[in-house]
Amino acid sequence: MSGYWAGILSILAINIIFAYGIFIPVASGQLNLGGAGFQAVGAYSAGWLSASFGLPVSVTIAFGVIVTGVIGVLIAFPILRTKGVYLVLATFAFAEVIAGAILSSEPLGGAMGISVPGYIDWYVSVIFAGLVTVFVFYLMATRFGLTIRAIHDDEDVSDLMGVSVRNVKVAAFGIGAALTGLSGGLYAHSFSYIEIQGFNALVSIYVLLYVLLGGTQTAWGPLVGATFFTLLPEALRSVLPATKNFLVTLFGETGIVAPPDESWRFVILGALTVLMMVFRPEGLVTRTMVERLQFWRPANRGVTQ
Amino acid sequence: MSAQSPLLSLKDVSKGFFGLQVITDVSFDIAAGARMALIGPNGAGKTTIFNLISGVYTPDKGQINFAGQEISLVPSRKRIGLGLARSFQNIRLMPHLSVVENIMLGQQSQAGGLLSMATPLMGRSRWRREAEDLLARMNLETYPGEVVATLPYGIRKKIEVVRALASNPKLLMLDEPAAGLNPNETASLRDFLMGISEAGTTILIVEHDMGLVRSLCDQAVVLNFGRKIYDGLTRDVQEDPLVLEAYLGSRHAQENAHA
Repeated sequence: MSGYWAGILSILAINIIFAYGIFIPVASGQLNLGGAGFQAVGAYSAGWLSASFGLPVSVTIAFGVIVTGVIGVLIAFPILRTKGVYLVLATFAFAEVIAGAILSSEPLGGAMGISVPGYIDWYVSVIFAGLVTVFVFYLMATRFGLTIRAIHDDEDVSDLMGVSVRNVKVAAFGIGAALTGLSGGLYAHSFSYIEIQGFNALVSIYVLLYVLLGGTQTAWGPLVGATFFTLLPEALRSVLPATKNFLVTLFGETGIVAPPDESWRFVILGALTVLMMVFRPEGLVTRTMVERLQFWRPANRGVTQ
Repeated sequence: MSAQSPLLSLKDVSKGFFGLQVITDVSFDIAAGARMALIGPNGAGKTTIFNLISGVYTPDKGQINFAGQEISLVPSRKRIGLGLARSFQNIRLMPHLSVVENIMLGQQSQAGGLLSMATPLMGRSRWRREAEDLLARMNLETYPGEVVATLPYGIRKKIEVVRALASNPKLLMLDEPAAGLNPNETASLRDFLMGISEAGTTILIVEHDMGLVRSLCDQAVVLNFGRKIYDGLTRDVQEDPLVLEAYLGSRHAQENAHA
């Protein structure tokens, strides 16, 4: 496999795990705009342990998951007291604090970043992405998943039904953080070098976009959203020059038909995002859509949530 | 606890918001197995009483006893586990959950342990089966997989009652179950509630439809401006001068009393 495709698959797998990490709190109604911060914690925990002590990758990644999960739970208690746009701001602020702390920390390389020794092949991330996908589908089919979705719909009634709203929200936030940490650890070891500039606000926004545009009602949403938005820019990378060549052969290099080139792919991505928000405000994959697909397989009716 | 002690008992309960007194010294008892209506003009404090009993609010003063236990300070989340379940004035089912999932949410108080939280609610799970059985007993079996938001109003009203029933309550509190229903739907709801009552569940409803109140409830408590003005048999309620005054004004009550 060429290095290009190995890189794409690694990024795709990491983005899927990352998106699931954001999806679980979002499914319970908690918008997390601090994704990059949690991912950075996972990546730096694993990278630092690997660079400083030369421990095996399995240990460093597990360490990253645990550190991020614990931080997620600890931060959930104060952060989940806020609601709506304030919660978004609080998570965003958390990511900024993490970025600032790493930037000014010498053992973590500061602005220079650190090189991470233990290299992992693309298929490791792909296997993890598969396992995480199965795990999240399982989770959403349990009573825990049911209470997550109930809290998303109506917190007060969930409480009156006997749901421990705070515990479920903290657990969702912690599990989400741990998954995000996993994506960070895999990132560090797949690309052998991490710098804090790579975990910026745009990254947090993009991963939230994968989840919201993919759909937050079922576990299919983040999978579809992350896959679509990771592969689309890559597809456009070759489609756009081809379109340009085609137009040039038709009309010649006239300059009148300003042909799109590669730099247009982000314009197209942005336009698509707006269109999706207009036409599928609840995300690409919705509950009713999954149900309708299951209609064709009556034996499975009501199995997947 | 003697056999006569009531299932639910309010003693001198008061509640105010920012200096506005909403409930003043309200006391009443509900015996186990009774069907009681809580009625009164708009703004009389009926829903506030429901919110006090279910724990949405804490009373400023007074006691609420349920099944022999003082519950005023029990967190709202734990009350459904004691046997107190309610529905809401405006339907508050979870719109993105299917019918059967809403019912399974109603089972939460009996299935909230860590192990059952981690158990999938697949087709063969005990909880899903029980929820489907309950729906079938209530003649709602046609809808289990549908997302609630797509169902007609009357059906959603019933499903909200069934969700409350899924917790095996001792006391079922329904806030205006017949509001917005047509006469056929109301008649069907009445039979439905009668069946639940005959199965042994105590019922407390807030309702404006006096036809439903008369045909369903044997007892009534009437509130006006946050005070109790009547507590007795439903069939006598419309002859009570205070109740007539509350609903129709004082002159009518006088004329009626002279007549």
